[in-house]
Amino acid sequence: MELIAELLIAASLVVSGIFGFVGSYGLVKLKDTMQRLHAPTKATTLGVGGVLIASIIYFYVETGYVSVHELLITLFLFLTAPITANFIAKAYIARNMKQTDLPDSQGEYGWSVYDDPPEPPPHG
Amino acid sequence: MLTRLVPHPLLSLTLVLVWLGLVNTFTLGNLILGSAIGLIIPMVTAAYWPNRPTLARPLKIVEYGLIVLWDIVVANVQVAMIILFKREPTIRSHWIPVPLELTSAEAITVLAGTITMTPGTVSATLAADGGSILVHCLHTDDPDAVRDEIKSRYERRLKEIFP
Repeated sequence: MELIAELLIAASLVVSGIFGFVGSYGLVKLKDTMQRLHAPTKATTLGVGGVLIASIIYFYVETGYVSVHELLITLFLFLTAPITANFIAKAYIARNMKQTDLPDSQGEYGWSVYDDPPEPPPHG
Repeated sequence: MLTRLVPHPLLSLTLVLVWLGLVNTFTLGNLILGSAIGLIIPMVTAAYWPNRPTLARPLKIVEYGLIVLWDIVVANVQVAMIILFKREPTIRSHWIPVPLELTSAEAITVLAGTITMTPGTVSATLAADGGSILVHCLHTDDPDAVRDEIKSRYERRLKEIFP
């Protein structure tokens, strides 16, 4: 394998390792659930991304074909990571916080965890 | 006739592309099978898509995607710096309510996803009528600036994409 490709693969793997480690370290260091939520949703994106870039380069150099699986993994990760984070945040708010702990929603209705939505218009 | 056969062209196209990506080899057989999937699934699930979003200005979508990708890289570095080098008592987290001008559910979903993936912010919950979004910021000295950046950088562009 060419030296340049090997260097690129090694560099992406090292970058991904660093960010994966920082993400996990953040889980230990930060103090409450909402703060901890920041570490895995972000630091890990680049961690996984680095492995995927390394994989694309490796298989391109090895077989000569561009593998699309890695792009799909990225796509699915971007779709699922925010949803998971949102569910964890909602569960945390519902279980551990009072309405008065949160800032006002500045609208007619309060936050959906505490307040019922307006009646939907009838289907016409 | 055509709208009954292809009720959701964008979904069909996405399904074909994802199918070709999953099998990872481009052959005529896979293209036909993918097209069949792309036609059948939207037809069967059409009842669950009562209002389809209309997308305007495809170039804006590309621009938005690139901006978000860049911001994700920046966000990773910023959050890593905060985790590694900020002493824990000096991290000031804030809850920030952001009033929304977007109305369509799809646009708000994209905005919430973007907020979670980008610098130091996680979208936590919506107001019951979808009129504002609650954002948790890991560390900031100026919550108003964070709110204004979300509105000017992402929401303004999404308003052009989802008219």
